[in-house]
Amino acid sequence: MISMWLLLLNIQCLFIPQGSNKMIIRNNAITEDDWIVLRLGEQESAEDITVAAGKVIVPLKVWLAQRDALQQRHEIGVWLASDERPEDLKGDIEKFSVIAVDFPKFSDGRGYSIAYNLRARLGYTGELRAIGDVLRDQLFYMRRVGFDAFAPRPDRKIEDALKGLTDFSEVYQTSFDQKLPLFRRVQLKGNSPAGLVNE
Amino acid sequence: MYRYDEYDQQIVNERVDQYRDQVRRRLSGELTEQEFLPLRLQNGLYMQIHGYMLRIAVPYGFISSKQMRMFAHIARKYDRGYGHFTTRQNIQFNWLKLEDTPDILAELASVEMHAIQTSGNCVRNITSDEFAGVAQDEVVDPRPYAEILRQWSTFHPEFAYLPRKFKIAISGGKEDRAAIYAHDIGLSVTKNAQGEVGFRVLVGGGLGRTPIIGVEICEFVPWQHILTYVESILRIYNQYGRRDNKYKARIKILVKALGIDEFKRQVEADWADLKEGPGTLTIEEVNRVASFFTDPAYETLTDHDSALNEFKADSRSFSNWMMRNVKPHRVPGYAIVVLSLKKPGDAPGDATAEQMEAIADLADRYSFGELRITHKQNLVLADVKQQDLIRLWQEATEYEVASPNIGLLTDMISCPGAEFCTLANARSIPLAKSIAKRFEDLDFQHDIGEISINISGCVNACGQHHIGNIGITGVEKKDHDEWYQVSLGGAEGNHSSLSKILGPSFTFNQVPEVIDRILQVYLRERVEAESFIDTVRRIGHAPFKEHVYATDFDVEEEEVIDKHVVTSAQYSVPFYSPRF
Repeated sequence: MISMWLLLLNIQCLFIPQGSNKMIIRNNAITEDDWIVLRLGEQESAEDITVAAGKVIVPLKVWLAQRDALQQRHEIGVWLASDERPEDLKGDIEKFSVIAVDFPKFSDGRGYSIAYNLRARLGYTGELRAIGDVLRDQLFYMRRVGFDAFAPRPDRKIEDALKGLTDFSEVYQTSFDQKLPLFRRVQLKGNSPAGLVNE
Repeated sequence: MYRYDEYDQQIVNERVDQYRDQVRRRLSGELTEQEFLPLRLQNGLYMQIHGYMLRIAVPYGFISSKQMRMFAHIARKYDRGYGHFTTRQNIQFNWLKLEDTPDILAELASVEMHAIQTSGNCVRNITSDEFAGVAQDEVVDPRPYAEILRQWSTFHPEFAYLPRKFKIAISGGKEDRAAIYAHDIGLSVTKNAQGEVGFRVLVGGGLGRTPIIGVEICEFVPWQHILTYVESILRIYNQYGRRDNKYKARIKILVKALGIDEFKRQVEADWADLKEGPGTLTIEEVNRVASFFTDPAYETLTDHDSALNEFKADSRSFSNWMMRNVKPHRVPGYAIVVLSLKKPGDAPGDATAEQMEAIADLADRYSFGELRITHKQNLVLADVKQQDLIRLWQEATEYEVASPNIGLLTDMISCPGAEFCTLANARSIPLAKSIAKRFEDLDFQHDIGEISINISGCVNACGQHHIGNIGITGVEKKDHDEWYQVSLGGAEGNHSSLSKILGPSFTFNQVPEVIDRILQVYLRERVEAESFIDTVRRIGHAPFKEHVYATDFDVEEEEVIDKHVVTSAQYSVPFYSPRF
């Protein structure tokens, strides 16, 4: 089991290039980004790790352990693992320039509910970024639940990933992006005749 | 039935484009198979033994004759001339090529159909009562709510990557015909003492490796709140359902672990701020959707037709069919007809392109052009004039869909099994054929009466063996990977129960003899008109077990060189396997 986790951690490391000036998608456009995502190595502990100067997105554990020092910084970000709770940031939400949610693999969908809760329940209005195993075909859903920034896996063309945001032009249900379900929006406009489209 | 408006059509069309591009990226190598897997599964596409299988959504089992003809067209053009109707009221095609699937979806979209979320760890196709709208015991018509739930769950952004698949069933009759106790969420739409419509909500039911009967989470959720209530159930599940072990990932495991009271507390805490929010249903929307499910133009008729009675007296085949396949309708002079896809010797649930077209014609001539697919893998013509029954029976007989066996021994449920599916240990379809052959005698079947035999190729329980009166499952043991476990005492409906394993497993050829011995005990022990399941419940497993294992089995097993080879006698198609 432990070796599985190590393997996963290794894979994650591959997804996150060290260094700065990588490209991400923010507000529907490809832009340069100079935030560094800090991930704890095996030997490192949340209490003892030295958080480098500059724009760093720290793990939730590091934030909780070094909160007093980190909140003095001009700019700080935090990221949540898929099994962590956004409620742990309650009261601190305003302190972050960016909150990221990690997708350890794209089939792990907890991050969607974390994002929804951050936006809808905790009222977070800053940048919400998807990191980890982030691929084109998830982006449409991610934006709907409240993500506005995406760091797609670096082994894929970011230009292709951008296309994922426009897969659909209409949606049925309410989520963070769409406060009214389709049936309420259509009602406001007056229903269009159903059943005639294919006659 | 429901018809698409411009929004529904646009969403389905855009899905076709999205999927076409995903297939293009897979074929060009841009997507690895591992990355493509969850994408194709959310579109109902499985890679099976011989090629790709596509599961097409039939929302709550309702289709028009036009859509049925499209199935026939797909069967001919892209498959091998037949399709398989499933226990989830869908249809599957087993012999497709990946590169054809975008075109198939485009053809389906032209008749308001799709394959969205028919597989994968998401909210699956909503299933319902096959007699909805026409059953005599109906309290509230479940179809408008099934359609509203279909739209709500389609591409729900938060619940596309759940811990595991998620199945919702909805029923609106006094008698549950949608197996709501065996679903992740089971909904019974009903009325309270004030006559207001609402839902009794069950949660945590399911079959598979750990069969559990669903428990009530809320006695009455008013209709306005059903979407938000379901949303909260899914949000709690999405966050806390287990993801470390796929066999413990269904919601039933979470509900068991937390206990229903704690689970309910969490759900209702999440629900608090949604309850009166914009996700609340409006009466205008319910009325809009319900307007698609109004009565067809029924004629004013009376129930008793003397010609029918005369013909019944003349023809035993017809009177058998009337007794088993024709059900009472709430409108005088009309009847519900179940067309059997269980002709002994054929694969349960299979229909050829010719049969599909003939059935579509029958629907046009006799039932306002509409059909339903049952979770027992048969088809229903819901609005047949009683005065048309003789002609309908004659025509249905011609196309071999009039076997008078609904609810009888040969009306078996079966998954596709090892011939098609990589998971299966059992050759489900050949076994179903072998059992049907042994008990083909109709007098014997009618004497046995109501009984359900459900066959699953493996523990995943696609054949719903846990809720069959007799359940058969393929299992593997160290020495051999094809053993058949027989269990007894399962049932669906209002008195749902899970079957219990009888004892050590059997070989393929022993199973028909095992069933014979079980039936001998029933015939010996039953009192008056007691049904099989009632006898089992009254006398328990012991007498059956004792008799089944009392003497050795005198059967020989032929050697099966490759159980994944399809016994293709039914369809004169050559066997080939593009995969190997």
